[in-house]
Amino acid sequence: MLGELGEEAKVLAGGQSLIPLMKLRLARPSALVDLNHIPRTAYIEPHNGQIRIGAMTRHADIEDSPAAARIPILHDCAAGIADAQVRNMGTIGGSVAEADPHGDWAPVLMALGAEVECIGPGGARTVPVSQFIKDAFTTTLGPAELVREIRVPSAGARSAGAYIAFKRCAPVYPTDSAAVEVRMLDDDFCEDAAVVLGSVGLTPVVVAEAASALRGQAITPHAIRRAAEAAMSAAEPQADLRGSVEYKRLLVGVLTERALLAALARARGEHVEVTHEYVGR
Amino acid sequence: MSAANKRVRIRLTINGASRELEIEPRRLLVELLREDLDLTGTHIGCDTTYCGACTVLLNGRNVKSCTVFAVQADGGEITTVEGLEKDGKLDAVQEAFAECHGLQCGYCTPGFLMSTRALLSRVAHPTDAQIRKGIAGNTCRCTGYQNIFKAVRAAAGGAGK
Repeated sequence: MLGELGEEAKVLAGGQSLIPLMKLRLARPSALVDLNHIPRTAYIEPHNGQIRIGAMTRHADIEDSPAAARIPILHDCAAGIADAQVRNMGTIGGSVAEADPHGDWAPVLMALGAEVECIGPGGARTVPVSQFIKDAFTTTLGPAELVREIRVPSAGARSAGAYIAFKRCAPVYPTDSAAVEVRMLDDDFCEDAAVVLGSVGLTPVVVAEAASALRGQAITPHAIRRAAEAAMSAAEPQADLRGSVEYKRLLVGVLTERALLAALARARGEHVEVTHEYVGR
Repeated sequence: MSAANKRVRIRLTINGASRELEIEPRRLLVELLREDLDLTGTHIGCDTTYCGACTVLLNGRNVKSCTVFAVQADGGEITTVEGLEKDGKLDAVQEAFAECHGLQCGYCTPGFLMSTRALLSRVAHPTDAQIRKGIAGNTCRCTGYQNIFKAVRAAAGGAGK
């Protein structure tokens, strides 16, 4: 159907970004294909060591899921996207396919090493989220392709992550966000790490230098500081109503450090609550 | 394009009554409620998915009806502020907002009532943080939120005053 309608057609998932964009005439699709009534598109299931999340799964359903209880970074993200009303409609597949630079899911899924399964007339293919997102609002999805599923690899016992986004108030997009995932050998020694920033580039920013400041190291306050500084250097924020370049860069450092501390505490088995931060929370 | 003008048939249960409707596919849920069904208790505030004045329940969950196409809700159950009152008796949430003076001009109130109803249906006894989070998608430009917060707490059976 999408193939017949041509490239100007769009698919409608939760509509929480697309409908506002259409009202502003920033999006003027020639046709919309509503995915809301296709059965078996909203689910969260363990499968061969992965967590598989159907594209039409609403943020609110991920927030309340046993999967999010086991992988707290999923909860950090899902529980704080916009507000309750948007979380009840908005979907993970829509968020990833839209590839808004201020979107929350992409940095989290990239830190987790998650994959996207796409389907189209040519069949199904699976691609890492990091390769799926090419540019701002641009993915490798073909015009007749859909996101079917998000696949999150299962975490080991000493693996943990955390996601913190800062926003001015609940309904708006984040100013900056930081997703951190660590795999520890014991309480101190870090086997592997990933740091991915949101809202400070055209796509999520993978901070390779932050990861190498942590990987294969005993985690000291100095190593944490180096990772945060690497994140600040890697960020490419733009000045806008949300803040200046300098402000956003400082914020990246703070969020990275806090997300890292939360991830490390969780890897030690501690219960730490972090999520989106805003005034009045 | 003819597809945009072709009317489609949907079925909704609105405040307990089943309705079959023929609408343009582009019809927003809030337009359907206000203009086709005269349920004007649901307000349009910002029309940009920010303020929450248009909040209604879709299958028991609060959504911003300015950001939902009516066709997305096909087969669903809608509750608007008009549906809170049962047999001439106000809902506990409405009672609490009146009692605690959780409103001034009243424009945002239907949205707050619906978000509060959704919150309390999900969490019967929310913590203060859960209350703040539950109503974070609703904007009030009069009250400064303190009395709204107290009203939600009172509706949950806590000491609101």
